[in-house]
Amino acid sequence: MKLPPFEYACPATINEAVALLAGHGGEAKPLAGGQSLMPMMAFRIAQPSLLVDLRKLPGLKEIKIGADGVRLGALVRWRDILDDKRLDAAHPLLKEAISHVAHYQIRNRGTVGGSCAHADPASEMPGIAQTCEATFSVIGKAGARTIKAADFFQGALTTALKPDEIVTEIHLPAWPAQRRYGFQEFARRRGDFAMAGIALYYDVEGGKAANAHIGVFGVGDCQRRLPKAEAALNGHTVDDALAVKVGEAAAAEVEPQEDIHASSAYRRALTGTLAERALKAAAAR
Amino acid sequence: MTTKFEVNGKQVSVDVEPRLTLADCLRHELRLTGTHIGCEHGVCGACTVLVDGEAVRSCLILAVQAEGSKITTVEGLSSDADLSPLQKSFRKHHALQCGFCTPGFITTAHALLTEEPDCDADRVREVLSGNICRCTGYIGIVEAVLDARAAYKK
Ligand SMILES: Cc1cc2nc3c(=O)[nH]c(=O)nc-3n(C[C@H](O)[C@H](O)[C@H](O)COP(=O)(O)OP(=O)(O)OC[C@H]3O[C@@H](n4cnc5c(N)ncnc54)[C@H](O)[C@@H]3O)c2cc1C
Ligand code: FES
Ligand code: FES
Repeated sequence: MKLPPFEYACPATINEAVALLAGHGGEAKPLAGGQSLMPMMAFRIAQPSLLVDLRKLPGLKEIKIGADGVRLGALVRWRDILDDKRLDAAHPLLKEAISHVAHYQIRNRGTVGGSCAHADPASEMPGIAQTCEATFSVIGKAGARTIKAADFFQGALTTALKPDEIVTEIHLPAWPAQRRYGFQEFARRRGDFAMAGIALYYDVEGGKAANAHIGVFGVGDCQRRLPKAEAALNGHTVDDALAVKVGEAAAAEVEPQEDIHASSAYRRALTGTLAERALKAAAAR
Repeated sequence: MTTKFEVNGKQVSVDVEPRLTLADCLRHELRLTGTHIGCEHGVCGACTVLVDGEAVRSCLILAVQAEGSKITTVEGLSSDADLSPLQKSFRKHHALQCGFCTPGFITTAHALLTEEPDCDADRVREVLSGNICRCTGYIGIVEAVLDARAAYKK
């Protein structure tokens, strides 16, 4: 459908953008890549009175890599991540996950900030943010603050952001070179949203897995970590038998929804299988 | 809102409502009807155009967001004198039937081959997965794109 009417502004500074958002009493929305917001408006799921285009805001398009990890500006696009060779070492899990996001044309527009603010339960980026304990930097009328991923994502299409707040940066903590990781998702067609997905990593200490982080997306109303599956992995030698056990723990721990794409039982089984495969892939690296 | 951008090498100025998509602006304001509209919500790829050389869905961009950019539509990738190598390849491999999806495939394939003239069949399939063809089938299309690679090598 054609879009409902709205006003449009393209401010040059973050302060102006915040003032515009704050001045519209919750009826204004930031516009980043538009790859989720435009379809939402076409379906009348969203009907903002003002769109505040973020494209001219300075300093939000950079990928910074340092000793404390990777900092993604909110306007970094999927394409920028896939093109950045430094990320092969600085954050291979991020890179692998993003290779599953959407299609070629959408990757030229869609941004990390937009994806997290949109918070579709099946999106990869919020899954990585949760798994890796990312921190969000945001700026609003009340000033700047940081929000931990665990507090940022609150449910399907629901985040801790206030209507006048803009995400400026997503920080992923440093990635040790020896870290083992795996990423698995299942979608009917390449580029579609996943029916279920698992991102995981662990470090190896004295031959055993430690610091396990296992995140799930596409299952339940929000990306989240799976502490019981993590406990089943920590302190153990990783082999095929352990991968099966961790997969079972993951399957037992999720609360899958039922929809036109899959039944709840199917999603639960899929979660277990994907966790098992992801762990096997991690061990084989 | 008055918005200026370049289309197929020509500077244009349009006066449009913010809600007008770039796809509708191209078709209705600029009469460039080569860009097709299938779904209007980003799933079919028929509306693909190049913005500053990158393939994007023109139904998911507002015309006012195109301010200052260089747009190339399927009309800009052909000339009246002769078919382009990519067009010839589509013809040779029977990569179109009704032609509805073809502008989206041509613009997408052109962007891909310009950036990655050495891409393999897997990569072609991955990139074209964002475009839907409901009548020809994809095998001919993939073959046409692979066969056109030579014309893009420097
Ligand atoms: C056909 C199709 C398939 C797709 N498949 C996938 C997929 O497999 N996986 C996946 O993850 N995504 C997928 N997407 C979504 C795509 O990745 C989106 O680009 C992304 O989710 C949103 O990013 P955006 O920059 O386009 O945000 P926009 O659409 O511009 O904005 C989305 C929301 O975030 C808000 N927002 C944007 N930026 C900010 C900011 N900096 N601060 C605060 N709020 C902000 C907006 O107000 C809006 O509410 C798909 C999209 C389409 C059309
Ligand atoms: S019309 Fe734009 S993707 Fe279908
Ligand atoms: S040629 Fe008819 S839809 Fe592709």
